[in-house]
Amino acid sequence: MRLSSEANKADLQIRSEGEKFIIKLAGRLDASTTGEIWRQTQQRLDRENPKEILVDASGIEYADGSGIAFLVDLRCRQQDRKGKFKIRELRDELNQLLNLYAPPTFEKPPPEKLQSFHIPEELGRLTYTIWSDWKASVIFIGELATNLAFAVLHPRSIRWREVLLIGEKAGVNALPIVVLISFLVGLIMAFQSAIPMRQFGVEIYVANLIALSMLRELGPLMTALTLAGRTGSSFAAELGTMKVNEEIDALLTMGIHPVRFLVITRIAAAVIMTPILTVFADLVGVMAGSLVLLSMGYPLVTYVNQVLSAVSWIDFSQGLLKSIVFGLVYSSIGCLRGLQTETGPSAVGDSATRAVVGGIIMIVVVDGIFAVIFYILGI
Amino acid sequence: MTSSGKNIIQVENLTVGYDETVIVEDVSFNVKEGEIFVILGGSGSGKSTLLKAMIGLLRPLAGRTLIDGEDLCAADEKGQLRILKKIGVMYQSGALFGSMTLSENLRLPLEEFTDLPREARNLISCLKLNLVGLKGYENYMPSEISGGMKKRAAIARAMVLDPRILFLDEPAAGLDPITQAEVDQLVLSLARNLGITFIIVTHELPSIYAVADRLIMLDKSSRKIIAEGDPHYLRDHSDNPRVRRFFRREADPGSV
Repeated sequence: MRLSSEANKADLQIRSEGEKFIIKLAGRLDASTTGEIWRQTQQRLDRENPKEILVDASGIEYADGSGIAFLVDLRCRQQDRKGKFKIRELRDELNQLLNLYAPPTFEKPPPEKLQSFHIPEELGRLTYTIWSDWKASVIFIGELATNLAFAVLHPRSIRWREVLLIGEKAGVNALPIVVLISFLVGLIMAFQSAIPMRQFGVEIYVANLIALSMLRELGPLMTALTLAGRTGSSFAAELGTMKVNEEIDALLTMGIHPVRFLVITRIAAAVIMTPILTVFADLVGVMAGSLVLLSMGYPLVTYVNQVLSAVSWIDFSQGLLKSIVFGLVYSSIGCLRGLQTETGPSAVGDSATRAVVGGIIMIVVVDGIFAVIFYILGI
Repeated sequence: MTSSGKNIIQVENLTVGYDETVIVEDVSFNVKEGEIFVILGGSGSGKSTLLKAMIGLLRPLAGRTLIDGEDLCAADEKGQLRILKKIGVMYQSGALFGSMTLSENLRLPLEEFTDLPREARNLISCLKLNLVGLKGYENYMPSEISGGMKKRAAIARAMVLDPRILFLDEPAAGLDPITQAEVDQLVLSLARNLGITFIIVTHELPSIYAVADRLIMLDKSSRKIIAEGDPHYLRDHSDNPRVRRFFRREADPGSV
């Protein structure tokens, strides 16, 4: 049979003499011709299982890696079933090549092991992962607490220039998206609640609803969630890349603690910027609510008076207090995940994902804790 | 030497650089088929940049590179693929895909470009790994092996499709002398037995003496080729003092 691709041609003839199998090869054995020869020979061999194979290689003009691999495969198969194998008249340079690739001692690799899945094993591994994650988190919280305490007692030790730069990137540049989201949330909420309230003729209380929920809950929460996605992930990716590039190791060997040098600055920036952005979010959200009442024919002054009668400084400062804690939560989780980054191309991406997921979950959990505390305190 | 005298690579008046910075200016040279050709130069002289331009990763500012008579930058998509199949490249860092085992790294081009049966692909990847001394590491991830092993695995991947031309960027850097010598042996035997043309960027002198048929030396300040020829000859007879100093490992006068 004749196989060809472009200019390459190879010939295969198989004949059997009793238990002896003679494979005659000719032409160019390369990646484009070997595949077909390989399949054809394999089929015959599997069917007939010969005791002895003789390869007549006198006609081979050229063989590249795949051609040589074919010869090696024949040899290994015969070795496995303890049959005889011989190659006749292989050209000198090809013989050298064969020995180069696979000296006579070469053994075929065992077939790939399929990964098995055992439930107890996986369960154990999962438990261990969760446990070591907790441990790492506790260690990090401890390191963070001591370094934060030190930073609060010695404010001059914080690298304020760096804090300013990070604050610009993580805070100032996030203003448009925070404002947009709180505007839409305020507007949508006012619109949705105005329609049922109108049936009872109490649409003016939309102002109370918007003001209370924006200041106490949605302003800080939406801002923190947005920043957890935007800033928390960037902290994790940044520190993760530094870890992969051995920059963290360089800091450690210089005797500079990465938590003090990298994490404190980021947390300081986040703790300062989150409440500021929350103020913007509160303001814009409440303003957006007014648009709905204005469109229903109420004058702006009515809305403003209603808002002022509904909320007090306590509501506003509750929201600010929460936003400070939210800032601490998402920035420290972002930094922790960044510092935990392992090696490999997907490591940084994994860290960023874990930072966002962890940040969002913890923000909501902390929000719930605050709700309980404020309820008990009666404010 | 199996060199048939045919120029398999022609670099014509090539100027390479990034934006405004010209790194290599107006260089021309030819590489013959089956030759082991070394691009040499101090740090920052543009060796790797020149290599990138030759394999089409960097568009030259002027001039062109012909690989087997064809210009990679001017070819259409089909032509580019045809040219790319003739070359294999080993990058300085290895550039193995971190999410795949060594064997999968090698099998990827086989799966994409050949119709070989599955077990043939497995065996070929195993043979190539054996060739670079990595038998038994088929199922390791790149992050689980040492830097030198990564380098050898990268050479194996570069030659898995049996290209006619292999570009190696710093194959010896970061390897111990014994492994370096093994890589040199590998290069020599591949060139002699398979007739593969090698273009090697390096500044490891022992390697150069061991393998190089011919070399060019780039210079940072003049951005040109300051020497071309056989390494042994250049060491003793070059009329450029910088070239002689390079081969004798002497510091530039007044540099320290």
